[in-house]
Amino acid sequence: MTRRLLLLLPLAGFLVLGGFLYQGLSINPFERDSALMARAFPAFELTTLEDPGRVVDESLLEGQVTLVNVWGEWCPTCKQEMPQLLDLAERGVRLIGVDYKDTREKGREFLAEFGNPFEVNIFDPEGSLGFDLGVYGAPETFLVDADGVIRYHHTGYIKPADVRDVILPEVKRWHE
Amino acid sequence: MARMIRPLLALLILLPLFALAGGIEVRQFDDPVLERRYQDLTATLRCPKCQNQAIDDSDSPIAGDMRDRVYTLLQDGRSDKEILDFMVNRFGDYVLYNPRLEGRTLLLWGLPAALVLLGALVVVLMVRARRRTSARELSAEERARLDALIKRERTE
Repeated sequence: MTRRLLLLLPLAGFLVLGGFLYQGLSINPFERDSALMARAFPAFELTTLEDPGRVVDESLLEGQVTLVNVWGEWCPTCKQEMPQLLDLAERGVRLIGVDYKDTREKGREFLAEFGNPFEVNIFDPEGSLGFDLGVYGAPETFLVDADGVIRYHHTGYIKPADVRDVILPEVKRWHE
Repeated sequence: MARMIRPLLALLILLPLFALAGGIEVRQFDDPVLERRYQDLTATLRCPKCQNQAIDDSDSPIAGDMRDRVYTLLQDGRSDKEILDFMVNRFGDYVLYNPRLEGRTLLLWGLPAALVLLGALVVVLMVRARRRTSARELSAEERARLDALIKRERTE
């Protein structure tokens, strides 16, 4: 009897492996955790989009929970995302923008046209801060706690439903 | 006919050159060892934006940025491990085509070896079991039956 059952072992192994691989089919390869999760926001020293004479660094993010949004004028999804970001700003969330691989002129045009939910925008024309953040496209959004530690990462578009379902709960969670 | 084919052939031969000119930039190395390491690193680092392409094979802007970094880090005299760590710290394990052997990748690396060992074990056990049955002496009764069968065969 046990010998008979042993014969079923390869089939069982195959089913386990098959199930594992089948589940892999529905995984979105773009939904993966940022390598920077639970680590300090990378050091940087860049000017702001608003004022070429003002240099800011990572201390900008200390003291309160901040949503850092990486955007660019060249990025169509960023335009669709702006109403959600404006909504978040209206609800009292502090937002800081990173104008990624853009020109100052285009970046300013973008904000004039689509609104500006950001307290300030870090101007990153070479994408150096973006690189240190592990950004490989825009938009990407990071939630940074009051100690300057990255607590949540959102790759790509923030849907209108995400504001209430994902972003606001995360902001609240790290506020305490 | 031949007159038409010849320019076409020439174009076909030149075509790969156009492909080389686009996309991936040409880099200057004083040291052939560095050049070799650059090629190896950019072939083993995976583009985070693409589904399945090494950064030496991708036109994506982030792949270009990563090649730039590999190049400058090599010129700075960093080791391969430092450069890979630098990328993993930013983009995660995803960018390594060759996953590292560590606690969480133990199953990944260990499973194939474990399966081979298991297979070998099964084969050994089966061979042993078979040898045991075939090497067994015939009982007196079996011997008598065998003799009877052989005798019948001969007489027929």
